[in-house]
Amino acid sequence: MKMSTKESDIIYVDNNATTPIDPDVYQEMKPYFKERYGNPNSLHAKGRESKQAVKIAREKVASLLNTETDEIVFTSCATESNNHAIKGIINKTKNNGKHIITTKTEHKSILNPLKYLEKHGYEVTYLDVDNKGYVDPEDLKNAIKKDTALVTIHYANNEIGTIQPIEKLAEITPNEIPFHTDAAQIPGKIEIDVKSLEIDLMTINGHKMYGPKGIGALWINKKTKITPLLHGGGQENNKRSGTENVPYIVGFGKAAEKASKTVKKESKKLTDMHTKILEEIPKKIDGAQVNGPIQNRLPGNANISFQGVEGEALVLRLEDKGIMASTGSACASETLDPSHVLIETGVPVELAHSSLRISVGRFNKKQDVDKIIEIVPEEVDRLRTISAV
Amino acid sequence: MYSDKVMEHFKNPKNMGEMENPDAVAKVGNPACGDLMRVYIKVGEKDGEKYLEDISFKTFGCAAAIATSSVTTELVKGKTLEEAIKLTRDEVAEELGGLPKVKMHCSNLAASGLHRAIYEYKKQTDMEISPELEKKYKASEAALEKTEEKMDKK
Repeated sequence: MKMSTKESDIIYVDNNATTPIDPDVYQEMKPYFKERYGNPNSLHAKGRESKQAVKIAREKVASLLNTETDEIVFTSCATESNNHAIKGIINKTKNNGKHIITTKTEHKSILNPLKYLEKHGYEVTYLDVDNKGYVDPEDLKNAIKKDTALVTIHYANNEIGTIQPIEKLAEITPNEIPFHTDAAQIPGKIEIDVKSLEIDLMTINGHKMYGPKGIGALWINKKTKITPLLHGGGQENNKRSGTENVPYIVGFGKAAEKASKTVKKESKKLTDMHTKILEEIPKKIDGAQVNGPIQNRLPGNANISFQGVEGEALVLRLEDKGIMASTGSACASETLDPSHVLIETGVPVELAHSSLRISVGRFNKKQDVDKIIEIVPEEVDRLRTISAV
Repeated sequence: MYSDKVMEHFKNPKNMGEMENPDAVAKVGNPACGDLMRVYIKVGEKDGEKYLEDISFKTFGCAAAIATSSVTTELVKGKTLEEAIKLTRDEVAEELGGLPKVKMHCSNLAASGLHRAIYEYKKQTDMEISPELEKKYKASEAALEKTEEKMDKK
């Protein structure tokens, strides 16, 4: 489809799918494509130059999480980090534990590896969530068994913005059971201190915090035993072999550095923006339903269903007006099924098909929010005039 | 993902909206994705043959569902009922310059809505209904029931 608008006219509000790269991040990465091309594992000056850049980036990412540098393993993305956390842990405990606990509203990069493991003899408990997407800590407590090998519960939901009570959930999980959280949506929006959370593994990635796509990290607590996902030359402290992706790691480091500095200010700005969207749009449209919690929501996330309007059609109408939003998780856009997250929170199928996700980010302005509040009701009305519902 | 023609029909759908005093109305649904469509027809007579004098639609669905609804009305407007019954989902998709594989069922919805509207008209006016049209009607009836059941699910 042709883009009908100039880049400067576009209102990009799909930041939970990916963020635009920050100009400072881009500048920092550039030399590592051409001039500073050494393999960080080479002994010569070019190699040492790259090795130093990776070291500095690792320090910045570790600082973002308030942890040690040797607990950061660079991966290619959040999906790899999630796969590594799950498969790496169960491989270490396969003789003892065959049981894993998660929630029904995780990202597909958690649910699908678990489905795979179920086919190979593992048992998975999928915890229910309430109508706002929260897990009940009592349910987790009751689900823990003698052979539980891993608990993996996401920090914040990418579709409806529910922030789980991770501290409490980790606290009630016995120390001997590793606790992993997929925190891909968190950096730059909520301050992270892994040391205060009593968790063992955390997934983050670059492209949700204005860094490049194709780079992620898995934080692994020193005491946690894990099998490498990739075996080879022993890079990443023997946990993830393969020549380091230096330019992307450098970019990730810069993005983490900026996220650490701006998190408080951006968290407030994004919260103010999503609050205005969630308050104003339902006032203008009958039959609009806010999905997810109102309070304590992932900063920047708004998710609303509009009776009688199909989500994809609305997203494409908005695109025509220069607004780039989403109909739910971008990863699920090739399927016909409505969002599993909305269904699990009790949203009827028709309304689940009618959802719009607006995720504002660092580069959005107040005027963008005003325009969204003006345009969305107009386009919903237009689609309702041709709707058969 | 979509051809320019699909986007054109989606943005500026033809023959869109409820018709005043239609000769027949049909509702169809697609259980795969929950799309719903209503087709309205007005039937005229020319040289002793019944033809589609006017046709319009309302659709709850994705861009492909709206575009296929729109192009279907354009393809059959002015055709005889017997000619219109022969319209296939492949012809609808072809006219739009193709559809993504996952959206091919949308072209079936539009063709099915048309066939069902013609069936309703023939039934109301005691016209002969061919076994082929009867079969299409029964299939669309089952699909509609499944769709409504699915969409009502909480």
